[in-house]
Amino acid sequence: MAATRAAIGLWRRLLALLGSLLGGLLVVPSARAVDLPENKGEALIHSYSGGGVKANGPAFLVRKSILDKVSLTGTYYLDAVSNASIDVVTTASPYKETRHEFGLSADYVYRDAQLTFGLMTSHEPDYVANTGSFDVTQEVFGGMTTIAFGFTRASDTVKKHNEPEFHDTADHWQYRLGATQILTPRWLVSANFEALSDEGYLASPYRVARVFGAAVPERTPRTRSGRAAKLRLVGDLGNRDAMHVEYRYFSDTWDIKAHTAEIGYSRYFGENWLADSFFRYYSQTHALFYSDNATSETTYVSRNRQLSTFNDMGLGGRVSYTVRRVPGRYDVKLNGSYEYTRFKFKDFTDLRDGSLYGYASSVIQVYLSATY
Amino acid sequence: MNTTPTPRRLARRRVPGLRLAACAAFAVLAGTASSAIAPATAAPDFTLHALGGPNLRLKEQRGRVVMVNFWATWCGPCRQEMPQLNRLYEKYKASGFVLLGVNVDDDVAKATEVAAKLGVTFPVLLDTEKTVSKLYDLSTMPSTVIIDREGKVRYVHRGYLAGYEDNYEKQIRELLR
Amino acid sequence: MTARRTLAAAAALLGAALLGGCAMPTIPSIQPWVKPYERERLADPIMKLSRDAVPDKHFEHVRVVREAARGATGFQGGGCGCN
Repeated sequence: MAATRAAIGLWRRLLALLGSLLGGLLVVPSARAVDLPENKGEALIHSYSGGGVKANGPAFLVRKSILDKVSLTGTYYLDAVSNASIDVVTTASPYKETRHEFGLSADYVYRDAQLTFGLMTSHEPDYVANTGSFDVTQEVFGGMTTIAFGFTRASDTVKKHNEPEFHDTADHWQYRLGATQILTPRWLVSANFEALSDEGYLASPYRVARVFGAAVPERTPRTRSGRAAKLRLVGDLGNRDAMHVEYRYFSDTWDIKAHTAEIGYSRYFGENWLADSFFRYYSQTHALFYSDNATSETTYVSRNRQLSTFNDMGLGGRVSYTVRRVPGRYDVKLNGSYEYTRFKFKDFTDLRDGSLYGYASSVIQVYLSATY
Repeated sequence: MNTTPTPRRLARRRVPGLRLAACAAFAVLAGTASSAIAPATAAPDFTLHALGGPNLRLKEQRGRVVMVNFWATWCGPCRQEMPQLNRLYEKYKASGFVLLGVNVDDDVAKATEVAAKLGVTFPVLLDTEKTVSKLYDLSTMPSTVIIDREGKVRYVHRGYLAGYEDNYEKQIRELLR
Repeated sequence: MTARRTLAAAAALLGAALLGGCAMPTIPSIQPWVKPYERERLADPIMKLSRDAVPDKHFEHVRVVREAARGATGFQGGGCGCN
């Protein structure tokens, strides 16, 4: 009898010790939970025009939370591309193509962490890409710091028009890590790092390189590894306006080094209007094996202007109008945005006249967004 | 996150010093200050200006069960919670229950507009200087403090998720008895 | 009794330290200096990294197709900090 009581007493003390070992987690209120993303609907018409390429189409997004536990998002994106770009015009013939993209993701909140699982598939007649991603966002330090990490894995199938024997694959891995820190009630800073890795067929079966003036199919390495680091500062300026400034550095094993800098300003006007503006500057150095007109035989050679030395400057703006008198608990906004970008190539020439190539592009977006 | 009162078993067996150590440990862990208001302590008194009315003092509510809800127009869960709180207020105000909605917006006009839109009937107090928020050491938005008839804090709720209002109702009924 | 109290207190602190990865409680801990009720400006949509997912994804797509640099676009942080 005494032995049983002693055993129970010991058991109780051990439990209590375990309780206190877990510290405040049992006795004191546990860490806060974050909120699920809000229910949203977006319908967009997008239009790109530049350098002889036109791409237009609609895009949709619907997000709904289920039972306050999970939030599901479905997206659809259509790109109708009409390509008469410099490469196409000088080395091939213009073509039209349609790309469909479907995405599905789920957000789940557990205490102070948000987990996001995403799947995406993109279909073109000659290119299929499947992507899976996983992201975790965790709030710490009283909600002032947010840590995030994520992983994306993509698998592509590359085919070629009019050449059914051509079939290759490309695989991609991306690892992300980031932190956002609230500095003051008006300013926050965020740092992001991403490591990217590609393996497989990373070229284009249609693109040709130029060696000693003659056209040869391009040859690119079958692996590529890159790193990107970005720093961003966002602040409220006190007049119902805010600004952001960011810088990103990218470098990879193809010897490309790129800098991206952006500065933006947003402001509310009256009760219903919001305007954003931004200026973006981008510059990069060419890939090791890139050449506009190679003067030696190398294992790899490419004339892909995406891998050349160039810079681009973009200026853009967006205007949002909040629609009042909408029935129900919807918050509807009508938006329009425009971006003008000027590309200047340093070592890519226009084959038609031998001058350094440059072009301007316009991106127009008109969309409706509603939260409910 | 909901807080239930300290499990009686642990409270009986553990000496206050240990609980203090656990709280301090958790404070270091979570980086949040230990709450100035804890269950079974007297609710700090305050006086605030009420929307469209005179000043309101907490001490004057002695004898009634008081629920102090800290909210803001920019806080989604707060706005979600309001209709539920309003329902509770309408249901129990005749039985000696009073709900004080302490708003922490900088812009009073915004608070008035949103309170009207949500159809709030209970008193909305304005804490633009954040003095009461500091006094109650809010660690979450929204925060709800339930005070009994003797002016003692009985329950503290941090955050709001659908279903919390059932807990509130249970606790109000318990204190109204 | 005193020994058990001290042991239990040490266990509580050790447990918290292990879980939190933080050092001895003698080091003054830094408290969050922006309180939840001071986050009005941070909760405003103009402070968000991305307000609408679809148009921002479109911009990103247009850039990735034309530029060699990719990645580190960022994730949401800051905000209302509610719940």
